[in-house]
Amino acid sequence: MLTVENLQKSYPTAGAPLEVLRDVSFTVARGEFVTVVGPSGAGKTTLLRCLAGLLPRSGGSVVLTGTGTVVDAPPQEVACVFQDYSRSLMPWSRVGRNVELPLRNTIRDRGERRRAVDVALRQVGLDGFADSYPWQLSGGMQQRVAIARAIAYRPEFLIMDEPFASVDAQTRADLEDLVLRIRQDAGLTVLLVTHDIDEAVYLGDRVVVLSNRPSVVVDVIDVDLPRPRGQVSTKGLPRFAELRTEVAKLITRPTASSWPHVDRTGKSELDRSS
Amino acid sequence: MTAAEAVGGRGRAAARVLVPLLVPAAIVVVWWFASAASTSPYFPPLSRILATFAEHWLGDRVVSDVLPSLGRMLAGFGAAVVVGVGLGALLGRLPLLAHALNPVLQFGRALPATALVPVSIAVLGIGNVPKILLIAFVTVFPVMLNTIDGVRGVDPVLEDVTRSYRLTRRQRLFRVQLPAAAPQVVAGVRVALGVAFVMMIVTELIAATNGIGFVTLIAQQSFRVSLMWSGMLLLGILGVAVNVLFALAERRLLRWYSHARED
Repeated sequence: MLTVENLQKSYPTAGAPLEVLRDVSFTVARGEFVTVVGPSGAGKTTLLRCLAGLLPRSGGSVVLTGTGTVVDAPPQEVACVFQDYSRSLMPWSRVGRNVELPLRNTIRDRGERRRAVDVALRQVGLDGFADSYPWQLSGGMQQRVAIARAIAYRPEFLIMDEPFASVDAQTRADLEDLVLRIRQDAGLTVLLVTHDIDEAVYLGDRVVVLSNRPSVVVDVIDVDLPRPRGQVSTKGLPRFAELRTEVAKLITRPTASSWPHVDRTGKSELDRSS
Repeated sequence: MTAAEAVGGRGRAAARVLVPLLVPAAIVVVWWFASAASTSPYFPPLSRILATFAEHWLGDRVVSDVLPSLGRMLAGFGAAVVVGVGLGALLGRLPLLAHALNPVLQFGRALPATALVPVSIAVLGIGNVPKILLIAFVTVFPVMLNTIDGVRGVDPVLEDVTRSYRLTRRQRLFRVQLPAAAPQVVAGVRVALGVAFVMMIVTELIAATNGIGFVTLIAQQSFRVSLMWSGMLLLGILGVAVNVLFALAERRLLRWYSHARED
C-alpha cells in the first residue's frame, strides 16, 4: 500500500538546517494497521505531513504501491485526521457541512452526498448531530466528526496524527475502539501516529518505533495479539505487557546521534507534535 | 420555570431595554425645561428645534436630502466592501504582490480623508459620482487591509485539512479562507462604516446641492439655527441606527465566532 524509503526532512533555519527526519523507511501493507510511536519531539507530525503529501521531502521516496503514485501532493486515496479537532473543523459550518465539503468533488449527486454524510455520521455514532455546530459538541464528539469526514471521503488509506491526544482517558478508549471497528468494517489501511505506547501496541498490527530527532526507525515490532481486540481483554494479556515493555525500552534508549543535535538546536517550534 | 421566575425574567428583559433609555430621557427633559425660556439666538428652545425637525426632516427633505445622503454613503461603502474584500482576498493569497503593493496601500490609507475632498472636486468635479467614489476610496482601505490579514491568518491545521481533502482553490477561498477571515473582515467593515458616515457629511460641505450636510451648512450660514441643531439631532439618530443595524448583522454573521471563542 505504502512504501517509505530513506525519507529525509530538514527545515532551513538561520544557522544549520534543522534535521528532523534523518532516514525513515518502512512499509504498510494493504489492510494493515500500522502505528508509529516515538518520543515527543521525534518529528512524528513532520513524518505524517510528508506521507500525506502536505510537506515536501528533502530526500527519499514515498510511494503508494498499489497505484505507483509518488506522494508529492495530497493523493485522492488518502484521508487525514489531525490531532487538534478544535482547529481541524470549520466552526462556521454545521457538522453535516463539515463532513460534506470534501465530498463535493468526489460525489456529484447532492442526494447521494447527503446520504454518504448520514452514513458516516451514523458510523461514528453521531446520527442526529448533522445540524449542530462543532463548538456545541464535546471534544470527543468533535473528533468523531473529523473521523466521519475522513471515512465519508472513502479513502483507501487513513492517516491519523495523534488523534486521541486531546481527549480524556475514557473517551480515548472509546475512540480507539471506534477506529478499530471502522477499519474492520471498511477494510481500511491505517497509519496512526502516537506518543502513547499502550495505544500503539493496542491498535497496531505492527509498531514502527522512531528515535529522537533527527529521527530514524529504531525498530519495527510485530504485534502478535489476537483480533478483535478489547480494552480489557487485550490489555490484560501477558503478551501485551511484554510488547509494551519492548517498545518502551526502544523509546527510552537515547540514540547516540540524536543528543548532540538536540542540545545544539534546542526544541524547535517547527514540530507541531512536540 | 415558575410564575415568579417568569415575571422576574420579563422584568429583567424590560430593564435591559429601559435602563439605557433613562439618561437620554433625562437629558431631553433637562434640555427641554432649561431651554424653554431661552432667547439666545444660538440656543433656541428644544421645542422649536423639534418642531423644525418634524417640519423638515420628516417632510420633504427625506426625499430631497436624507435619502440622497444615505444613498451616496451606501453606494460608496458598498463598493468599498465588495472591492476591499475581493482585492484583500487576492492579495492575502499572493504575499509577494501584497508585499510589493504595501507602500502604496499604506500611503493611500494614511492620506487624511477630508483633505481629499478638494482633490476629488478638482479632479472629478461635482455631483454624485465623485462623492461616491471618494467615500469608496477612503473606506476601501480598512476593509482591504483587514481582509488581507484575515485571509492570511487561517489556521495552518485548517489549511492542511483543505489541502489533504483536495479542495479546489475556489472552495478553499469561499468555504474556508473567507469565512475564517470573517471576524477580521467585519472589524474592518465596522471601521469603514464609521468613516463612510463622516465622509457622507464632509463631501456635502463643499460643492454640493443637497444632502444632510449641505442643509446643515446652509442653515448655519443663513442663521437658521433651529434647522442646524435639528440636523445634528438627525445625524446622531441616523448614526445610532446605522450602528444598531450593523451590530445585528454582525451578530448573525459571526454567531459561530462568539460561541466558539467561549469554549
